[in-house]
Formats: sequence, structure tokens, C-alpha cells
Amino acid sequence: MSFAKSKFKHKSLPVNDLGLTYRDYEGAISTLCAGCGHDSISSAIVHACAELSIEPHKIAKMSGIGCSSKAPNYFLNNSHGFNTVHGRMPSVTTGANLANKDLTYLAMSGDGDSASIGLGQFAHVVRRQLNMVYMVANNGVYGLTKGQLAATSDRGVKNKTGDISLFNDIDLCTMALQLGASFVARCFSGDKAQLIPIIKAAIAHQGFAFIDIISPCVTFNNHPGSTRSYDYVQEHVTTGAVTDFVPTKEEITAQTPEGEFEDICLHDGSLMRIHKLDKDYDTSNRLKAMTDVEEHKERGEILTGLLYLDPTASTFHELNDTADTPMNQVKQDLLCPGERVLGTINDSFR
Amino acid sequence: MINNNTSTVNTKTSINDFVVKFANTNGTGSASANNMFAKAIMRMGIPVSAKNIFPSNIQGAPTWYEVRINEDEFLGRRGGQTEIIVAMNAQSFVADIKDVAPGGYLLFDSSKQIPEQLLRDDINYLGIPISAICLKEFQNPRQRQLFKNVIYVGALAALLDIEFGVLKTLVGDQFKGKEKLITPNVYALELGFQYATNHFSCPLNYRVERRDLIGNRIMVDGNTGSGLGAVYGGATVVGWYPITPSTSVVEKFASYCQRLRIDPATGKKNFAIVQAEDELAAIGMAIGAGWNGARSFTATSGPGISLMAEFLGLAYFAEIPVVLINIQRAGPSTGMPTRTQQSDVLACAYASHGDTKHVLLFPDSPAECFEHSALAFDLSDRLQTPVIIMSDLDLGMNDHLSAPFIWNDKQKYDLGKVLSIRELDNMESFGRYRDVDGDGICYRTLPGTHPNKGAFFTRGTSRNKDAVYSEKSADYVENMERLQRKFATAATLIPKAEISTGLQSTQIGLIYYGTTTQAISETKHLLQKQGIPVDSMRIKGFPFGSEVEKFIEQHEQVFVIEQNRDGQMKTLLSTELNIDPNRLASVLCFDGLSITANQISSDIIHVIEQQIPNQEVV
Ligand SMILES: Cc1ncc(C[n+]2csc(CCOP(=O)(O)OP(=O)(O)O)c2C)c(N)n1
Ligand code: SF4
Repeated sequence: MSFAKSKFKHKSLPVNDLGLTYRDYEGAISTLCAGCGHDSISSAIVHACAELSIEPHKIAKMSGIGCSSKAPNYFLNNSHGFNTVHGRMPSVTTGANLANKDLTYLAMSGDGDSASIGLGQFAHVVRRQLNMVYMVANNGVYGLTKGQLAATSDRGVKNKTGDISLFNDIDLCTMALQLGASFVARCFSGDKAQLIPIIKAAIAHQGFAFIDIISPCVTFNNHPGSTRSYDYVQEHVTTGAVTDFVPTKEEITAQTPEGEFEDICLHDGSLMRIHKLDKDYDTSNRLKAMTDVEEHKERGEILTGLLYLDPTASTFHELNDTADTPMNQVKQDLLCPGERVLGTINDSFR
Repeated sequence: MINNNTSTVNTKTSINDFVVKFANTNGTGSASANNMFAKAIMRMGIPVSAKNIFPSNIQGAPTWYEVRINEDEFLGRRGGQTEIIVAMNAQSFVADIKDVAPGGYLLFDSSKQIPEQLLRDDINYLGIPISAICLKEFQNPRQRQLFKNVIYVGALAALLDIEFGVLKTLVGDQFKGKEKLITPNVYALELGFQYATNHFSCPLNYRVERRDLIGNRIMVDGNTGSGLGAVYGGATVVGWYPITPSTSVVEKFASYCQRLRIDPATGKKNFAIVQAEDELAAIGMAIGAGWNGARSFTATSGPGISLMAEFLGLAYFAEIPVVLINIQRAGPSTGMPTRTQQSDVLACAYASHGDTKHVLLFPDSPAECFEHSALAFDLSDRLQTPVIIMSDLDLGMNDHLSAPFIWNDKQKYDLGKVLSIRELDNMESFGRYRDVDGDGICYRTLPGTHPNKGAFFTRGTSRNKDAVYSEKSADYVENMERLQRKFATAATLIPKAEISTGLQSTQIGLIYYGTTTQAISETKHLLQKQGIPVDSMRIKGFPFGSEVEKFIEQHEQVFVIEQNRDGQMKTLLSTELNIDPNRLASVLCFDGLSITANQISSDIIHVIEQQIPNQEVV
């Protein structure tokens, strides 16, 4: 980068519990195309983390390869990041998480990264219930390699060069639901009011949290006929519910009429407050969530919002019975059984 | 003719020097009986080696277990015909009869007659009605099957003069905690022993005699050594995907961890093992954990190495410690999955695209599998790069007589250049890829260490010294040159080659590595008998230390002995040390079986004879 952001902080900027402003959660200046949906996601992450008062260095930013996977450069400068290889972020994040379960793992991937080359790893990380936030910036094309159709492109759409998507799309939310993700949401990068509380809740959630974020590619997939352009998405989005995230410390006041909202208590005591736009909306029914997604799709609509949440899910570490001390901090005396034990082991081979 | 008579053909007497081969059917439970046989000989103080020759199949196909007894410690595969064959597999019976050396013995189940046309008159037949005995003595069908194997071991004890008491203690040790199994096993041994004593003139001319040559050595397979070495080396995270012959590395690691790594207070695990969806994920997990400061490894074999290549390049370029235990088998492709080779040398040394190079270690015994796998974690942490251990099927899956596993409690894990929060506080500024010490190895920070210092982006893309993305040519070149410098540092850290020079000065040097070692002392003996003294050097690691180049310089004729078709180590030596390839001659074996001393020595003699056609080699 040839220029840097100003370090100047306005005195009037609000500070969080750690005394940090949202600027302390920013990253480098984005090199993505002006107007790229991925930048809005970065900005939502900055707000979510600042509002949650997470220490930035306790977050690990994980990604694969693609424009979307570059995005972690553009938020959380004080966090370690890891741009891995194309499609394989889930395995690297799994290893990182096994090594230190005490960090927050925020992962960014693209629809090419996750639904094509990385579909296998995506499926398996969901299955393993890794405690992480997995965000896919879904633009229906390959941005970084300049506009090829992605496996999430809707059947029949055309990319900029005129190639038609001949096959059914892969819906990563439906897959995540089917594979047992305990938190599944779909958002639109242009709708911060929805995206920020959902990212916050995903972070607070202990377990695998998946957010598919429709994130238009202004350069290669913003043309008429695309089903991922800003205009198309804005016109076809329906929201099942508006979600608020209420941190543990805040008093819960009932401003909303009884019956029109639902509070779901998360692991750390914070609440997901769901204002139902659709009265049938039920975030605890996995099967219904799958059907809802498909039904909306058949009507040409994109259902957004929190689709499913199981606040009682177990994480990989709980299932594996891993010790409380992170693996990368366990001392040698607990890891190495020592000379004497080796003596008896040798004896067993004589 | 087949009247259970041993005295048809004369046999030369041979004490503690012969080969016994068991021909069995996969899945019939012969492994533990065969192993008991080899161990009994070891417990009598006599050097012995055992090799499993098994098909890529679960049940029904022929398997052989070849035991070489040799008090001169020539324990490599001998090759040639076999003195004693225990022929228990109808499928391989014809071939097994042919495999008996003239004057040798065929021990077979005489519950059925051998067809006349298969009989040879230059070998001895030892018929024991094993099935009939089992049918009579045991009720349960599984026992009838299993005890067949124990019966022939009992018979061999009488025939070869194995001390019965040694076998009895072995049974006791084998079934410790399952006492109910001891009595019937000992009974089956006795049945065989009695039958042989009553029907043949025991012992045979091939027999064993107690010695005191074993010392404190153990008999164990290399994969157990590797798995246990990883426990001792402090590995906590493992991602893996099953593949023969590496699977048991992780299985052993897991079982030792279950015993030794459960926190007594909480019952929780100080390890995490994930059976990944494939090898890509397996090494990805190990790399993620290495990046985050845990010691991690994966184990695989040839096809897995191919899949891991992209990630190995990432770990090399992004400088992440990770250990990969490669148990080589016969390639290319799926090749011969259950046969041995040393054919991944180049694939591993240069795994991945671009100018990538990896640190390799070449263990030659279970003890060294242990040592190298523990050491690999220190090396990869210190060098911040993948370290690949190049074991193979022969070493990994066969039991070998080995020095005991050694660990010294004074050994402290060397985590390399990882900055603590205090060190970061005291630094003016941090740059991930700055070569502060001039050894090519930079300082790293772990996620979560410091609130506002030391965070950086890890990537496989080019960057400057401060880990900021950069495509500037100068930045890229500087980085690549530093990685070369680091590789030179690696050459000083890995185990030195083991050089053995004789009393006579000689122009001929042998270079070998890994399991080829087993054939070397015998090779030298055979060559010496022909008046060809040789020096030898065992390579223990890559990059090569300066001693390797020196050894080659000091010898006019250098042979590189290896078990692959293309002379991969020879290529690596000539490429890396810039040596004229004509200075190096290859001795190769790539049939999936271990190379033999006979083959090596005759190949060498052949080359020498060709060079000096008028001179006779004596
Ligand atoms: C093994 C491998 N194959 C191909 C590529 C080239 N490549 C880089 S990014 C990309 C697609 C990115 O698309 P997506 O994940 O949808 O992200 P976007 O750029 O659209 O945000 C491809 C094919 C690569 N880096 N590695
Ligand atoms: S190409 Fe598309 S996805 Fe990539 S940065 Fe530009 S707008 Fe974003």
C-alpha cells in the first residue's frame, strides 16, 4: 500500500468498554474495487467487534484466496491474519482452533473459495462444529480471476462475458443447515442494520456460525440479468426477521409488543432478539429453515435474516474433551511422559 | 515319500544362520504367532529380523513372514531360496515348494496329502496333521483356526531347539490381563512341540543356540517409534487421513496419548486428533496449528504427498513449522500400496511449485524413527519450515531389532524464535521477515500475544520484510535469497551423515540412507571377501552437510544405493552439490521388496569389472 490511514482519532469518537474506538478495529485501506460489497462486510465487522469490546489481538482472521479472502486485510489491524490457499481455509482454521481455542476465529471466504474448490472442506468444518464465524462473501462470480461463473450462480444467469450458468446453484445456507451448523444466517452486505447484529450474535455464539452474505461484485456481476447485482438484490430481498443483538450487560426492556419478538439467550448470556416480520418465522426449526430458503428462492426472492440457531450446541473441543489450557500453552512436563515411562515402554518390546 | 520323514535329504548344519518363512493367508490370525516365533529367538539372545510381505488386500490372499536368524547381525533381507518354509496357504503352495532351498524343509499341514507331481526329491517334508489336531482338540471354530498357527510354532520350537520356557513366558507377556487365553495357547504350543518330538528327529541341522548378542535392544516397528516420538516431541495437534503404510503412526500416537496425555485431575485430553476428510485438510490442520504455536504433524504416504504439495509450498513460503511423517511405499500413483520403496525423495525435497525446498530426515531404525520424530518438532520450530521424515513401509510396518528408544529428561523443547509479550514490549518495532540474526530465520509472533504489537498477515503471496504484500522485485528476491540462507542454516542443524571408513584406504565409497542400511554391513562383508574394501556414508538428512560433499570428493568411485528406479538420491546429490553425475553410480532396487546385500555387492562388482576389464577382481 502506498498510503496509510490517518492515525488521528477524533476526541468525540465513542469508546467501548476497553476504551477503544471503532478506528482501533480498522484495517489497511482497501484495494478492492470502489463499491465492492466486500468492503461493506469489512466495515460491519469493524463495528461488530468494536461494539462487542473484543480485544482485537484475541481475534484471528482466517481466509482462503479471492477478493473476499483479501478482505481481512481491511479490518482489525491488530489481529493476526492468515490468507491460506484457495478453498482450504477451513482446515487451517480447524488446526489453529485446535491449537488455541481461546481466540475468536473470524473467517472470510468467497463463493468460489467455499462452494467450488473448497466445498469439501466447507462441509467438513460444519460437521465438526468448530467454534468459528464463517462468512462467505457471495457475489455469484469469481472476482479475482475476473468474472467466471461461480457454483452459487443461479441457473440461467449470464456473466459479463455472456456465459450462461447451466446448472443448479449450490446454496451454502441449505448445506450448512443440512450438515448441522448451529447458527445459520443470510444477509445482504448493503444492509448494515441487519448485518452488524448478526455478526455480533455469530461471534457470541459458541459453535459453528455460518453467514452467507450476498455481496455484489460491482465490476463483474452488477449488470442487468445478474441475480447478485445491487439492484436485483435490493428488489428481491425479503427479510424473515430483524435481529438485534443485546449484550449481556444491557438491561432488556420490552419495547416491542408481546408476541412479535423472541429472545434467544446465547452461551455468554447475551441475547438475540428477533423481531418477526413473518409471523411463522421460527429460528429453532432446521427443516423449516431449509424449506423457507427454497420456497423463497422459487418465488425469486432471497430470504435473509437469522435462519437457524441452536444456542445449546456443543463445540469441537467439548466433544473432543480437550483440556482447558490451549494446546499451544501446555507445558513440556504435561506433554512429555519422560525417561522413566519410556523405560517401561521399551521393556514392553523385549 | 511324504511319510513325515525328515531324513530323505542331507542338510548342512547351520547354527543361528538361516531363514524361516511362513506362508499364510491374510486374515487368519497368523501375525501374532509368527511374531512370537521371532521374539523367542531374540529372547534367546540371537539377532533376528522379521519381514512381512503382504498383499494390498484384507482377507484371503497370500502373505509371507520372513524371519532371518543371523548371529553376525546380517539382518537385511537375504533373498534367494529359503531353508525352512512353513506352508499354510494352499494358494501359494506350489510356489512355496519351489522356494525351499535344496536340502531345506517344508513344514506343511498333512491333514491333506500333497499331490505327487508337486514333490521334489531334494528337500525334506515335515508333515504335521495340524487341521486334524485342531479339529480334535478345540471346539470353537475361531480357536481351531487360530491355534493352527500356534501349533506350528510349537513344532518349530522342537525342530529348531527354541527353548520352550521362552515361548511360555512370551505367551504370558502377550496375554497379560487376559489370563484365560494363556492356558490354551501354551497347550497348543505343546501339541506342536510333542508332535514334532515324537515324529521327527529333533532338532534339525538348522537350529538355534542361545547367545548373548541382543543386549538391551528391543523389537518393534518403526511406526510405533514415530508415533511415540511425536508424543515425546510434544505434538498436540494431528490432522491425518488413513493410508497404508502410515496409518499406524497416528494410531500409535493416539493410543499412547490415551494412556499418557489425559489430565489426571480433569480427565481431559492434552491432544487433539482429527481424522480429516482428505490429505489436503490433514496438512492444512497441521499448518493451522503450527501457525498458532502448537506442535503438530500429519502422517501420510505417496499419494498423500502429492495432495499435500500446495500446502507444503505455503508452509515453506509463509514459514510455518509443521512435521510430516512420510511412510514411503511403491509408486507411482497407487503403485504397490503394500510394498516398500524409497521413491518420494525428490517429490518431498522439492514438493510444491516454484523454488521450494524442504528439510528431510532419513531414519534407519525404529529407534531413529523415535528420535527423528521428536527432533523434527524442534527443527521445524527452529527453522519455521516443514520437516519431512522419510520412513518407508519396511521400516514402518515391520518389526526390527533396534536400539531402545532414548529420551533424556534434560532435553527441553526448542520452540525457536517466538517473541513473548515482554520481548515485544521491549522492541522498537517488529517486522516478521527481518533477518535480525543473519541466519535466515526471522522472529515470529503468535496470535493473541500482544494488544498492539506484533500482529501481521501470514500469506503465501510475496511480501516485504514487514509482512506487507509486495510485488516489488527487490522484495521478492531478497525474501527468496533469505530462504536460501535459512536452508544453509538448516544444513548445520540436521543430523550429520554417518561415515565409516575401514583400516585400509579405499577409492570406493558407498552412500546409502534409510532402510537400505540393513543390507550394508553384509554388503561390506561380501565385498571384502572379494578383495574390495569400501568406505560408507549414511545420509541422515537433507540439506546435506559439508561432510557429504567431502566424502564424495575423497572417493574416486561412489555408489549410491537406493530403492527406487530413477536414483533419486543420486539426482539430489548431484543437483544440490553440483557434482558431475558421472562421479556417482546407482545401485537400485525397485521391485517392492527390500534390497539385499547380494544384489548390492554383485552390482558393484559388475560395475568395477566393467571399468577394469583386464583385471580380475578377486
Ligand atoms: C489452486 C488454485 N486454483 C486457482 C486459483 C485462482 N483463483 C484465485 S481466486 C479464485 C476465485 C475467487 O472467487 P471467490 O472465492 O468467489 O472470491 P471473489 O474473488 O469473488 O471474492 C481463483 C479461481 C488459485 N489461487 N489457486
Ligand atoms: S472484482 Fe468484484 S469482488 Fe473483486 S474487488 Fe472488484 S468488485 Fe469486489
